[in-house]
Amino acid sequence: MRIVVDFDLCESNAVCMGIAPEIFEVRDDDFLYVLDENPPESMRAKIEESVQRCPKQAISIVED
Amino acid sequence: MNSTTVIVGASLAGINAARTLRLQGQAGPIIVVDADPERPYDRPPLSKQMLTGEWEAEKILLPAGKEDLGLDFRLGVRAKGVDLGTRQITLENAGGSIETAAFDSLVIASGAAARRLPDSAGIAGVHVVRTLADSLALRAELDAGPSRVVVIGAGFIGAEVASSCRKRGLEVTLVEALPLPLERILGPEMGRVCAQVHIENGVDLRLGTGVLQLETAIVDGVERVAGVALTDGTTVAADIVVVGIGVTLNTDWLEGSGLTLEDGVVCDNTLLAAPGVVAAGDIARYPSARFGRMLRVEHWETAIAGGEAAARRLLADANGDTPQVFDPIPWFWSDQYDRKIQLAGRPMPTDQCVVVHGSTDEFRFVALYGDGDRLTGVLGMNRPRHVIQLRALFEEGASFSEACERAATL
Repeated sequence: MRIVVDFDLCESNAVCMGIAPEIFEVRDDDFLYVLDENPPESMRAKIEESVQRCPKQAISIVED
Repeated sequence: MNSTTVIVGASLAGINAARTLRLQGQAGPIIVVDADPERPYDRPPLSKQMLTGEWEAEKILLPAGKEDLGLDFRLGVRAKGVDLGTRQITLENAGGSIETAAFDSLVIASGAAARRLPDSAGIAGVHVVRTLADSLALRAELDAGPSRVVVIGAGFIGAEVASSCRKRGLEVTLVEALPLPLERILGPEMGRVCAQVHIENGVDLRLGTGVLQLETAIVDGVERVAGVALTDGTTVAADIVVVGIGVTLNTDWLEGSGLTLEDGVVCDNTLLAAPGVVAAGDIARYPSARFGRMLRVEHWETAIAGGEAAARRLLADANGDTPQVFDPIPWFWSDQYDRKIQLAGRPMPTDQCVVVHGSTDEFRFVALYGDGDRLTGVLGMNRPRHVIQLRALFEEGASFSEACERAATL
């Protein structure tokens, strides 16, 4: 799977970072960075939760 | 589960309850009722991107409402009463006709309605912002370029409406009855910071004054608002008035049902209100062991988590599983001008409040709240990373002093 973030929608609430800090990181510049765009399958549950809980619906999963 | 579930409320809590029920095994009918005729939509943009005109309505439809979950939507339909003995709900259709529906289990997620000023009904130019229709009606009037907007109530909705109007270049007066905005939620020290944010962004902020009455004029045969007379003796001219003075819970249809109604639907710590009856979202009042009192939380994230938990509570009964306790860490955000305010936890306004990172002068900081040595809140302004990281301290059971130490390392 591949993680796609719509950065026009993202407003850095950092919810995803709270759920999956291995994948999502909001840095000191207040921008979100995706640390691993092709995460292992073992991360799927956390990433799906991040997708669901994003207040801006800015995260999506694209299946390869 | 082949039984029938009725869900009253198609907003965040209701739709997530429906989704969870369906995805986790309920095969039987799920009837989703809402007085709002619109497909399920997200409310936070109503006071922000929808008002500024950046977004159109299509963009705020909730994904769960668009999924193919085989839900029986009854939109524009109002719940009028419920009989928990015979398991029948009374519904009023948009045209006024009455019908009943039978259910085995019931999810109460009917939420709240915006409070209005007394004697303001029928006066043109007076708005609230709770529904998509409200937001679109206000936006249409903002498009006409009013010379001044008066916002009554400097809570989160009022503050965001003021911010959106300023982004459109409109003159704004913000009226708050309390001495400081958000004082009851954030305490006086942070209330002062929030007041300053409004002032820095060019808002005419009137604190500690209430509304005496709306002044009106007849324009083209229609009574229209012309100004707001305040209790401090002044009058502010206004083309548009937006009222953000809180909400009234939609519990009228539950009167006489036998459920305990005390500022919400009283539930146990699993969101169960009666056998086979759960509540979620703004309307649910539940005992929080984490905060040592009954809580009713009007936050976006709690509505999602509550909807999911309420559904799981019903499924637990059906499957003979042990019900899970619902006690999440309340968290919300509010975007005002170029500032993002986030609060995790549930402080009392009298709790101590210490800035542990950054500075309030720069409007970029983190503050912690404590009741004795108990951590009760994490507040951030333009510090989302810190808030999310410090929020985890609640799960760890960290004390206030431990939280202060941890904050210094971030």
